[in-house]
Amino acid sequence: MARNRPVRSSATGHLTGEGLQPVPRYAHGSRVPGWDDAVDLTKDPAGVPDPAVVAVPADLRAQIEDFMSRYPDARSAAIPALRAAQEKYGWCSPDAIEQVACVMRLTPGYLAAVAGFYDQLETRPVGHRPVYVCTNISCSLRGADALLASLQDELHDDETVNLRGFECLGACDIAPMVSVEGVYVGPVESPEEIAELARQIRAGEDPLPEKQLLRRPCQDPGAVS
Amino acid sequence: MSQKILFKNIDEPGLATLDVYRARGGYGDRLRKALSMPKDALVEELKASGLRGRGGAGFSMGTKASFLPKGQMDKYLVCNADESEPGTFKDRELMQKCPHMLIEGMIIAAYAAGANKAFIYIRGEYQQQAEILERAIEEAKAAGLLGDRLMGTDTSLTLWVHRGAGAYICGEETGLLDSLEGKRGNPRLKPPFPANQGLYQGPTLINNVETLATLPHIIEMGASEYAKIGVQNSTGTKLISISGHVMRPGNYEIELGMSSRDIIYGLAGGPGDGRSVKMWFPGGSSSPVLTGDDLDLPYDFDSMAKAGTMLGSGAIIIVDDQTSVVDVALKTAQFYRHESCGKCTPCREGTNWTVKMLERIKSGEATPMDLDLMASVCENIIGHCLCVLGDAMAMPIGSMVKKFRTEFEEYIEMARARAERELMAGLSSAPAAQPHHPVAA
Repeated sequence: MARNRPVRSSATGHLTGEGLQPVPRYAHGSRVPGWDDAVDLTKDPAGVPDPAVVAVPADLRAQIEDFMSRYPDARSAAIPALRAAQEKYGWCSPDAIEQVACVMRLTPGYLAAVAGFYDQLETRPVGHRPVYVCTNISCSLRGADALLASLQDELHDDETVNLRGFECLGACDIAPMVSVEGVYVGPVESPEEIAELARQIRAGEDPLPEKQLLRRPCQDPGAVS
Repeated sequence: MSQKILFKNIDEPGLATLDVYRARGGYGDRLRKALSMPKDALVEELKASGLRGRGGAGFSMGTKASFLPKGQMDKYLVCNADESEPGTFKDRELMQKCPHMLIEGMIIAAYAAGANKAFIYIRGEYQQQAEILERAIEEAKAAGLLGDRLMGTDTSLTLWVHRGAGAYICGEETGLLDSLEGKRGNPRLKPPFPANQGLYQGPTLINNVETLATLPHIIEMGASEYAKIGVQNSTGTKLISISGHVMRPGNYEIELGMSSRDIIYGLAGGPGDGRSVKMWFPGGSSSPVLTGDDLDLPYDFDSMAKAGTMLGSGAIIIVDDQTSVVDVALKTAQFYRHESCGKCTPCREGTNWTVKMLERIKSGEATPMDLDLMASVCENIIGHCLCVLGDAMAMPIGSMVKKFRTEFEEYIEMARARAERELMAGLSSAPAAQPHHPVAA
């Protein structure tokens, strides 16, 4: 029973022991990912940014103000505003969040919490072109995991692309499928098709035009009269 | 061939435009008829049609509309187009090909509920569909079908499209409302129900895309005619999405009460290649699974409930006999772990531990006792959270363990034997190497 019992190293406070893998840790000492800088508890939490200090590009400001004017309550514009900032900067960086907070008169902390909740809002630096491969039940039954792995092999060195497996994208009829910057294509099955799709993504071309969802007719035979 | 209501000529070129939709009777006499009816009579008509919500819960649409308080406060109509239930893709086809049908249905629902502000909350991934909807709304506004005093009546309606940003939980009605208010999409405690305190604390009616798109047709046919389609307690037609191991995956419109075998083999072509149906989800990944022995069940709300499962969103996922039930269970559990919002402990922890236990089974570290533990975790999630996301994982996983227990046990044995073999091979080929994990003496 006493063998290999983990011991706490006095220097780091981390568990060590013979036969145990070292636990990967982030720079701030935590095992969970987060911002790499530890929170400074001596500082007051960030308030609503001062418009005199934070510079917001005019086009982003106009876009956010337009979103705010559309809703009965301006706060409803949080998601569209964060999306606009992400489109401009590639991800919801702390600077981007501060700019949105400045226009919306909210705290950066509030918006960071919102951005952290949603899968499509990125709180880490990633490629600015999202490519999602659905890896949910229906797609994985038809080979989505292999498709994701092949695309990762083909595109791993393209830093403009944010390639990731995603929750059900609502297109199980064209499984396995890929959403290339919002354009749904599928089924993507043969190695040739995957290679062609990877080439088109790299070149920024229209992905597999004949396989796009918008061109797919309804499968119900009775729908045509 | 059953009657087509929503999918009639759905592929007609240009149906997404106002002109073609009008030529097919859209925004015409039926809408004028609805807007000239007294509100109470319209709600009664909707109740009489027997239309049940098409989003998953299957609650009577007319009854829900009647829950909204009367009076002159701001009331809201929200269309739930956050179609994220794995296996479901029917609303996508409707919005993309016939957006005006949804808008017309929303005008009718908003009039019945007395709402003058309406939102379509569409999931963020449906970018192309959101653009199509926005174009259709602009067209309808320009034609005087939306806005102040629409079609020359006293009714006003402003309609917005709000795009989500990728969160399954925002398909839950109160999570959706929080998200629409610009917050994290955490579900709220109920009561108060949205009918009393919903969006911006005002009375709110929330309905699924398909439910709302059906309303113009109910008005056109008359509630009593509509109620003749389908079977008792499950009236009308239903869009179903079939996916997984079938020859012709896609959306189909069926009359409720049709035999499941006719749907899976007749419409979708079955699994093909001499394979057979091992297991199927009758209503999205949240519904308890059925087996190949249940194929003769009629496909309607009550028959599915009697079989211990649910019709849900009408998404049928077929799993064939060459797929391991453990793989499907793990995929399902992983999805719910990722999507749990973390607000309630049973769901946040239960989904996480279920995934861990399934991973243990896969890596050969589990014993058959883990199956009982897993069943117990699932039981302790159900009914103990603010919303049903945790239940939605516990129900299918629980049913898989119950119905395929022998296969789970065989898998556990096989994986243990494999892990042991690999360990022994590693020890004998490289005597100096230490295993990563301490081995039981």
